[in-house]
Amino acid sequence: MIDWQLVADSFWPLLLGGLTGTIPLALASFALGLVIALGMALMRISKNRVLNGIARFYISAIRGTPLLVQLFVIFYGMPSVGLTIDPWPSAIIAFSLNVGGYAAEVIRAAILSVPKRQWEAGYTIGMSPGTTLRRLILPQAARVSVPPLSNTFISLVKDTSLASTILVTEMFRVAQEIAAFSQKFLLIYIEAALIYWIFCFVLSSAQNLVEKRLDRYVAN
Amino acid sequence: MSPTDRDAAGTTPPAGTDPLAPAEAPDDRVLLEARGIRKSFGDNEVLRSIDLEVRRGEVVVLIGPSGSGKTTVLRSLNGLETPDGGTVSIAGGPALDFSKPISKAERYALRDRSAMVFQQHNLFPHMTVLQNVIEGPLRVQKVPRAQAVAEATALLERVGLAEKRDAYPFELSGGQQQRVGIVRALALKPQLLLFDEPTSALDPELVGEVLQVIKELADEGWTMVVVTHELGFARHAADEVLFMDGGVVVERGAPKELFANPREERTRKFLERILRPLD
Repeated sequence: MIDWQLVADSFWPLLLGGLTGTIPLALASFALGLVIALGMALMRISKNRVLNGIARFYISAIRGTPLLVQLFVIFYGMPSVGLTIDPWPSAIIAFSLNVGGYAAEVIRAAILSVPKRQWEAGYTIGMSPGTTLRRLILPQAARVSVPPLSNTFISLVKDTSLASTILVTEMFRVAQEIAAFSQKFLLIYIEAALIYWIFCFVLSSAQNLVEKRLDRYVAN
Repeated sequence: MSPTDRDAAGTTPPAGTDPLAPAEAPDDRVLLEARGIRKSFGDNEVLRSIDLEVRRGEVVVLIGPSGSGKTTVLRSLNGLETPDGGTVSIAGGPALDFSKPISKAERYALRDRSAMVFQQHNLFPHMTVLQNVIEGPLRVQKVPRAQAVAEATALLERVGLAEKRDAYPFELSGGQQQRVGIVRALALKPQLLLFDEPTSALDPELVGEVLQVIKELADEGWTMVVVTHELGFARHAADEVLFMDGGVVVERGAPKELFANPREERTRKFLERILRPLD
């Protein structure tokens, strides 16, 4: 029998865990991650071998190791070298470093997808490469990178559940607590899954809106 | 070079109100001089010692088969391409010797003196027509916004696109896009206009409106170098036509002369192919 009363009673705490834990964690990590990713993407594109090498190494290390391990290294590992970081900052650091590694390749590809002619058009109106990048190339690359970056963000929203393992009170940790207390594991975890699903559905819809809004940015 | 520098040089034309008119009146002085331009891409020698001289107000048209190096010549004149050797100088700017490394400042100084219209308009797709036109004056030349907008609006009006100023490039026809491309170049008030096959990517029925604008600019006294396959345009607008083939200038002369009595066999054959493709 489904305990509808429990479903109703646990809905609000779960949603609250999502709204005050999952979503802020994902947003903060994504924003920081994009900054890292843009830097790494530019280093990858640069002709400077050292910068290029650093970015390659970073991207390879991030993509080649499990997110859970990255999280544990920062939260449980760093205290061994005298660096104790609270759960929330640890989670944000780990997730943004992770997003930085994945999104770097997305942004790099998006920048390279803007036709070389657009760079030349910038040069012939007297712009420096930096201004051309900022004013002309990145706005066009942004449109191209919306779908893949949305994927990254939606993955991140779900991955934040890993933060429960380092004591961050986000939605999944709330679910674990209710489940342990009520002993209704299947019911509570399915309820949590549905709320994740709703979050991601809303995000996908937002992605479509943003894509439409930016459609005119595509060079033809 | 700012408009005030030009005033100081005493070369401002009599106060005119036509926004299409160039900042400097035509006279006999040489504006652009290129000597011995050489360029290879790998083993492929694209340009073998090209000489070019353009006087103020003169229209020089480069014709020739694909791969003859016309576009590379044009792109060498504003530093989009770095020649392997030779010199380029534009009056009032540096004389660049490409056999030595070129500094950034020199490259910008060369670029600032010309503006280019591309085969594919290369408008910025994320900006409106007006934003496209004022981007250079505003961001690069630091012209006050009100002035940049006023000048851009006058130029757009002059080519019949005033009502399109808030449209995005994708909302325009090919001919309109290319006319905006021309206005974007004019807004920079360059001394030299470079046209790289400005009508080659257009549907045939749109070629006329673009050539018309370029012809008007020529009549207004703009100095320009035009790469084109439109021999009719060359005949009507050019002061000098250069026929290029295999990276060299095979023949040069006044259009009437060159089209009527080509001295070189290669020129004659090329003209025949273009004028009578089915024979």
